[in-house]
Amino acid sequence: MVERRQKTGIWYVLPAVLFTMAFFILPLFMTVWMSLHDWPLIGTRAFSGLQNYVTMANDAQFWRALWFTTLYTLLVTPPIFILAFILALLVNQSLHGISLFRTAYFLPVVIGLGTSSLLWVWLLNDRVGVFNGVLLWLGVIDKPIVWLGELRLALSSIVVSVVWKTVGFTMILLLTGMQAISDELYHAAMVDGAGYWARLRFITAPLLRRTFALALVLSVIGSYLAFDQFFIMTRGGPQNQTITVVYWIVNNSFTYFKMGYGAALSLVLLVILLALSMLQLWVLRGDNEF
Amino acid sequence: MAVSGRSQTRPGATRRKISTAFLYLLAIGLAAIFLFPVLWSALTSISPGGQASSMPPPFWPTGFTFENYVKLNKYGAGIFQYIFNSGSVAILTVLGTILLSTLGGYGFSRFSFRGKNVLFLVILATLMIPFQSILTPLFLMLGLLGMQNTLVGLALVYITFQLPFGVFIMRNTFDAVPLEIEEAALLDGCNSFTLLYRVMLAPVLPGVVTVAIYAFINAWNEFLAALIIMSQEKKFTLPILLTSVRSGLYGSVDWGALQAGITVAIVPCVVLFLLLQRYYIRGLMGGAVKG
Repeated sequence: MVERRQKTGIWYVLPAVLFTMAFFILPLFMTVWMSLHDWPLIGTRAFSGLQNYVTMANDAQFWRALWFTTLYTLLVTPPIFILAFILALLVNQSLHGISLFRTAYFLPVVIGLGTSSLLWVWLLNDRVGVFNGVLLWLGVIDKPIVWLGELRLALSSIVVSVVWKTVGFTMILLLTGMQAISDELYHAAMVDGAGYWARLRFITAPLLRRTFALALVLSVIGSYLAFDQFFIMTRGGPQNQTITVVYWIVNNSFTYFKMGYGAALSLVLLVILLALSMLQLWVLRGDNEF
Repeated sequence: MAVSGRSQTRPGATRRKISTAFLYLLAIGLAAIFLFPVLWSALTSISPGGQASSMPPPFWPTGFTFENYVKLNKYGAGIFQYIFNSGSVAILTVLGTILLSTLGGYGFSRFSFRGKNVLFLVILATLMIPFQSILTPLFLMLGLLGMQNTLVGLALVYITFQLPFGVFIMRNTFDAVPLEIEEAALLDGCNSFTLLYRVMLAPVLPGVVTVAIYAFINAWNEFLAALIIMSQEKKFTLPILLTSVRSGLYGSVDWGALQAGITVAIVPCVVLFLLLQRYYIRGLMGGAVKG
């Protein structure tokens, strides 16, 4: 009877497995297949070998998008981690009502990125936006700034909005890591006369390294997949300067309907991200602590 | 480091009070920054007389009216259509994800069969594949199935995206239930499905809630897949509708209507999160580990 019961297990996992096969594994193989074709939405598709990859190597906009996505990732990651670390330290204090503050800092995480981007379009608007309103009132500026009209300002504004939206996520991860550190270590250090900063430097920071690395990889992957905020806040402009890799895939597949080329771009993005995931596994190798 | 370290060795009550007060001030200031955009938008959405579009913006929106919501209702097929679209996709996603994840988690946790580990690995491995990279073939597949521009089609895609996380969480949840609970029931002659249904559902309910809240919030908020799969205006989900509100009706943007729309999009997620925060954070810690 036990034997029969063990085998019925396959029927329980089958629906989930079939779903994953049909809507994840199959499309994955289709991506590879499509990337070897000239594949318009309507009309005849033709096998084109590695032509799409040759096109990609010569596609200036692709390289620009790849560089821009990397730049964005490099710019958005440090502020997220510095602020998340400070916030995690703060909400890790044993103060009355501190969990309310934790909730407040985390709240933007549950809002959609599309929705929050639209909210920031309004906050940043040159005529009706509250930022310009405050700066004008304070006399810092004498005419409104068009935050999203120029590359550097637009990128900085988007970085600020994304930090606001996502920092709570990293904060919770770091907080979890901090709470997993044994109190005894801190007590022992205090007996030895170590103050707050010394404990932070010699206990919290080193023991948090692994959690930090995990949060870092998750955050970097998220940044590499950026689309919503640039689609909504700058529409890829000015002069296509804020087009990310995903944005370029979407344009090729669903605006120009060069779906074969879009698939080839997707595959390259996938390889880049798998490399980042491998890095994550490597960082977490042999670790079952959390 | 050393200096501040030493100063703590003679802690004074006053000193501690000052630092507590400082921490509270910092915490309150930060909370104001984090909450301000959401509160400002929500307040503006219920304030009369085009305060959302006034220049310079008012220091504190005042008054009360639903006129911005009435104006929001003029876009496309009316706001209730879009609440219905987003709501049904999210609910279908929740139901589908709960069903498949619970069955899958039960199977992976409580049985041993040939190929179990490989299948579990296949499902988990999809966590490493961003859905953005398979969107082009997914779009074509839904076309072949006649499911582009259907709420069910979009929900199918979302269920697939949620499955690795859901199965992982449910497998862990079942793993944590002691075996004794089911042994008694098995002795009574229950088959494995009756066992799941009658005995196991109660102890794994927290896991189900965690999976459900993620499925809902992610489906409700998702932007890119909805943008591509739903091309007919009547089938838009809320975030896609909002981009057309932002583009404006007659060349000019109605900022009041946009704030009303943003508020409609935000409120369900915030309410769900505040009610079920414990489960949400639990999932974040459990899911991020292997995520």
